[in-house]
Amino acid sequence: MIEIRNLTVSVDNRTILNDVELHVSRGETVALFGPNGSGKTSLLYAIIGIPKYTVESGTILFNGQDITKLSIDERARLGIGMAFQRPPAVRGVKLNHILELCLAQRGVTDSADINNCIHELQLSDLRNRDVNLGFSGGEVKRSELVQLLAQNPDFMMFDEPDSGVDLVSIQAVGRIINQLLEKEIMARRRTKAALIISHAGHILDHVNADRAYVMLHGTMYCAGNPGDILDDIREKGYEGCITCKK
Amino acid sequence: MQKVTMKTKAKKAWRKPSLYGPDIDLSVYTDQAEEQMPVKDLRELPGQISEESREAGITLESGCRSGSFFQIDHSVVLASSYESGLEVMNISDALQEYDWLSAFLWKAVSVDSDKYTAQSELNRHNGYFLRALPGHKVVFPLQACLFMKQEGLAQNVHNIIIAEEGSEMHIITGCATALSVQEGLHIGISEFYIKKNARITFTMIHNWSEKIVVRPRSAAIVYDNGVFLSNYICMKPVKSLQMYPTAYCAGADSTVRFNSIVSAEKGSDIDIGSRVFLKAAGSRAEVIARAVSTGGTVKARGHLIGEVAGIKAHLECRGLLLSDEGIIHAIPELEGRADNIDMSHEAAVGRINEEEIQYLMARGLRDDEAKAAVVRGFLDVEIKGLPEQLQKEIKNALKIKEKGNYLL
Ligand SMILES: Nc1ncnc2c1ncn2[C@@H]1O[C@H](COP(=O)(O)OP(=O)(O)OP(=O)(O)O)[C@@H](O)[C@H]1O
Ligand SMILES: [Mg+2]
Repeated sequence: MIEIRNLTVSVDNRTILNDVELHVSRGETVALFGPNGSGKTSLLYAIIGIPKYTVESGTILFNGQDITKLSIDERARLGIGMAFQRPPAVRGVKLNHILELCLAQRGVTDSADINNCIHELQLSDLRNRDVNLGFSGGEVKRSELVQLLAQNPDFMMFDEPDSGVDLVSIQAVGRIINQLLEKEIMARRRTKAALIISHAGHILDHVNADRAYVMLHGTMYCAGNPGDILDDIREKGYEGCITCKK
Repeated sequence: MQKVTMKTKAKKAWRKPSLYGPDIDLSVYTDQAEEQMPVKDLRELPGQISEESREAGITLESGCRSGSFFQIDHSVVLASSYESGLEVMNISDALQEYDWLSAFLWKAVSVDSDKYTAQSELNRHNGYFLRALPGHKVVFPLQACLFMKQEGLAQNVHNIIIAEEGSEMHIITGCATALSVQEGLHIGISEFYIKKNARITFTMIHNWSEKIVVRPRSAAIVYDNGVFLSNYICMKPVKSLQMYPTAYCAGADSTVRFNSIVSAEKGSDIDIGSRVFLKAAGSRAEVIARAVSTGGTVKARGHLIGEVAGIKAHLECRGLLLSDEGIIHAIPELEGRADNIDMSHEAAVGRINEEEIQYLMARGLRDDEAKAAVVRGFLDVEIKGLPEQLQKEIKNALKIKEKGNYLL
């Protein structure tokens, strides 16, 4: 579904992603690990097309189409969606209004899925507030999730959906992500795919990942089984990845 | 006797420039206007006039209004109240009818404030008198329109609004010009008296045009436990608009709230502020301003004066620059004259935040849709205490023009 080739990205003339390769197939869920500042969020921004993240070389293919030069909204309308790690507050724009706008794009006015999700994620008070304004860490994550549900993209990127989320909420978050990713049906029938950034991998206790990547200093170091990789990181730290690659 | 002193005072001030805004040469405007025929129903008004006034919140249907006042140039063409307990009159007629009324003329606003107040006294062209009788609560808004039709005219109106004890009224005032009018000057004096336990909400929507100069001069006196909520909206071009309405919380536990929402296009110069004197214990004031510039200049002022202990007041001004050429200058002032007062302010001016736009674009909104949502959100000041219908009408008035297209 998504294929990234030799992607080099800079911000203000500073290279922050270097020759990155990544692919996620339809039906797949892929985890992305890496220490703080390694470039995980930047990669997601480059995929969604935030202009500040300048693509110096390489290509991003979505369902075979080169989207490297498309605008953010064009990519979103093709079916790419993202749950932000730290979304900005938009004063005066209610969460509910964003949900309505997302649904309207799909020609939907009222959605049972959304109502269930609001209920499950306990967002009923939040939906009438200015989006992200004064939201707690966990509230931000849940609000991002319901927005993705309203948008219903084919390729979903989750930037640390588990950080700051309490132990009870994370189960609900997991259920919603599974629903979004059609985990209830057989893998080869699924139409969705996901890339999930996580530090401790808590979300992976609830959402099954097929593969994982490790990013260090803006470069992909490793790819493999998520459980094995997490164990290695826990045991040897990210240093292990460096020596391993050598 | 009083009239003589007022005229004398006015004569002394007739060259006195305002402290704020560009000085206007009053001599370039004509005083002479053709007489307009009265109408029985606003639907009799020519299509063009009703069209322009509609954009300033005036409706032709009397069903959802408790009264209507319509003045074209110098002529009051309609002044009628649709319920007992509410008076809607030409101020000139009201002054004839009520001897006591002259005491309310220039009581809240000083006649010698500047040349505009002076001009208004020396050359008054009617205006409205609105009054809710004691205990009378008006459910539907009453509307007043001041319309300018003649080229090069100076329109000087004087309005007096009185809410008697325990009464309540919602007023929507629209000001507009005919499309054909190029140059013009509007001077509007408005004096509000909100008596004990009374309540006025006053919503003013301005729909001027590129070369009109506007100098409203208004003040409100709020007595014990009275409430004055004033909303001002100007989303259309204007050459020069300067106003600094003042409210006096004169009675214990009185409340004043000013909301102003303005947008300045290229060529528009807006200098607008709100000032509240908190003179009695327990009084509350809130001044909220939102200014957008698509190329014009906005000075957004605010001044709170806390004179006694136990008052609480807040000033908030936010400016959003949508163009490289615009200027927004926020000037908040807090003046404490007693201890144990609670006054605060908050001001922020900046460009539209790209991150917010990108965030909404990531949800599939086009660039212009995302911008519109952010601007609309910015302008969406929660105006408390207004009837729902009026809220809707205000939302309709909050359209902003950018690059010739309506952004919202
Ligand atoms: N807009 C920006 N301006 C300047 N530097 C940036 C910008 N965005 C990212 N960077 C830098 O690029 C590097 C990668 O940042 P990024 O946010 O992608 O890391 P991350 O892997 O998501 O980290 P974390 O786990 O802390 O979220 C960091 O050094 C960061 O400071
Ligand atoms: Mg990050």
